[in-house]
Amino acid sequence: MRSAVIALVRKDLLAELRSFEAVPAMLMFTISAFALFHFGLDRSSLEGSLASGVLWVTLLLAAVLGMNRLFVTEREQGGFDAFLLAPVDRTAMFVAKVIVLFGFLVVVEVVAVAAFAVLLLEPGLGRAMPGLPLVLLLADAGLAVIGTLVGALAVQTRARDLIVPLLALPLSIPLLIAGANATAPLLARSGAAALEGRWLAILGLYDVVFALLAYAVFDYLLED
Amino acid sequence: MFFYAPLEIDQGFVQKIFYVHVPLAIVALVGFVVGGIYAIRFLRSGDRAHDLRSYVAIHMSLIFGVGALLTGSIWARASWGHWWLWDEPTLVSFLIVFLLYACYQPLRFSIEDPERQSRYAAVFAVVGGAFVPLNFMAVRAAQSNIHPRTLSASDNLPGPIALTFLLCIVAMGLLFITLCKYELAAKNTRMQLRSLKRRLSGEAPLQRGRSAAPQEL
Amino acid sequence: MTTDPAVACVGVGRAYGERTVLRDVSFELPAGQTLAVFGANGAGKTTLLRMLATLLRPHAGDVRVLGSELPQQGWAVRGRLGFLGHEPLLYSALSARENLRFHARLHGVGRERVDGLLAAVGMELRADEPIRLLSRGMVQRVAVCRAVLHEPELLLLDEPYANLDPAAVALVRPLLTGGTRVLISHDVEGGLAEADLVLGLRGSEAVLLGHDAAQVRKLYA
Repeated sequence: MRSAVIALVRKDLLAELRSFEAVPAMLMFTISAFALFHFGLDRSSLEGSLASGVLWVTLLLAAVLGMNRLFVTEREQGGFDAFLLAPVDRTAMFVAKVIVLFGFLVVVEVVAVAAFAVLLLEPGLGRAMPGLPLVLLLADAGLAVIGTLVGALAVQTRARDLIVPLLALPLSIPLLIAGANATAPLLARSGAAALEGRWLAILGLYDVVFALLAYAVFDYLLED
Repeated sequence: MFFYAPLEIDQGFVQKIFYVHVPLAIVALVGFVVGGIYAIRFLRSGDRAHDLRSYVAIHMSLIFGVGALLTGSIWARASWGHWWLWDEPTLVSFLIVFLLYACYQPLRFSIEDPERQSRYAAVFAVVGGAFVPLNFMAVRAAQSNIHPRTLSASDNLPGPIALTFLLCIVAMGLLFITLCKYELAAKNTRMQLRSLKRRLSGEAPLQRGRSAAPQEL
Repeated sequence: MTTDPAVACVGVGRAYGERTVLRDVSFELPAGQTLAVFGANGAGKTTLLRMLATLLRPHAGDVRVLGSELPQQGWAVRGRLGFLGHEPLLYSALSARENLRFHARLHGVGRERVDGLLAAVGMELRADEPIRLLSRGMVQRVAVCRAVLHEPELLLLDEPYANLDPAAVALVRPLLTGGTRVLISHDVEGGLAEADLVLGLRGSEAVLLGHDAAQVRKLYA
């Protein structure tokens, strides 16, 4: 199964490099959103829980964009069939897609957080390290799992673009809550406070439960 | 079947909504989880009866959920003067769960192939059922360090109120089950009627095979 | 020693919602022979082929392919089937070579075979261009490569020569002959010439026909 996962991941990364569909869209959206927040809030600098909230909501919405595109090529170019015909474990596709979406999210976040620091954030990022990347990575894992599950579910329905956000956003809210609360003290103006372990625990628990659940249930989405 | 508390409380009539609101919410949440359980049974057995029960449970929970949100709003308005309280973790987490399940029916009806529809709906129900407790925990954790819990915990409820409360939950649960059975019976009858009509019009039904066949026979 | 048929269907049925697409399909295909399936559009040919390919489950009846019961033992059979459907099942952003290498990895086949097949269908010059830039005929040739990449025992072909000019057909034909085959074709004469068994689908009924072109034509009436 590992070779199947590697083959799938390579294929998706190659396709993304060629066609540039998901990552640029997510990046564009993120930067535009920061600009919108600047105008909407009429503030040039944010800190603390407000900064945390803006960052997380933006990243979550960008993630939904990525989720939308995750399975499109499989659906439209017969990738599901080709995969189903191969003598491989079907959960390989689940694992591969989670890895791919996770990768996209990490790439987007590296750029987005840097942009955020430059455009909107008042205190520097220095004190937020290494807490911020840790929280982001944990949340990304959860988002990747949710996104793969919802993406696979929605791609076979008629209203894919509607269903993905409608399903993914409520499911992601606990991640948003934990992530935003965890990073708020890190981005505070008056000296960064410590990272609360409680939020990391929630993120971790959510990730594990959902990963196991999705792994168990994914097969049913592929068969006919 | 369904009765109001016979005991009067200081706050007057408004407090009585509490007896409706909370049981509605609890039963709705339990209903969602039950829907998930039936969905698991459906996925494992392929027996469409489970899928139907899952659908009805979730459908009914949604209706109860609307009731819970409305009554909760009325109660909040009357007690605190606000239509909505972000501070209350139970209300907020319930809203999130409700928003999620509101997509259940649109999802079902956007898939044409009935087999796939049942399967995908079941996957959704399972994920949603797991989500209900997780979501509640996450929202509670977010609120508890900032705002004190405004909803009185069940340990400070005096005896007779607690008893009435419990009775109301049981009554609401029974109402839920009754309504579900009613809806199940109605759906089954309609399905049988449809298959009879088809037989009359000359279409021979497909013999039910080993996997989940369409609603013939 | 009795040899089991390569494909055996008994009373197979499949419905789409409340509409019956296939009903009571029964036939046996011995190993090494070709079954030609004829029928008008919508008669259920593609559904049958997809069932044999393990992509769809039968709603009724028994299906045995290469000795394995479907759908329970589908996993045992998948690597030994070659499926060529309406869709080429290729990713348009990737090149022919990349597509085939991806499939090779999924099936555990070496890279040399990819290059060999591309040369056999005359695609070695354009193997590194994205699929979306190729003509329909070229895409079909690459799709044939994909179907036979892992040297399957059973070929399931849905109009394999569609979109191909005679020169391309000549290149592709040797790859698709030999072995056990189930072939869907609208070319009555050509299909009959290659067939050992003939199955006709009309409405949702299936009938085993003889090598009679007139009978086959009646299916389309």
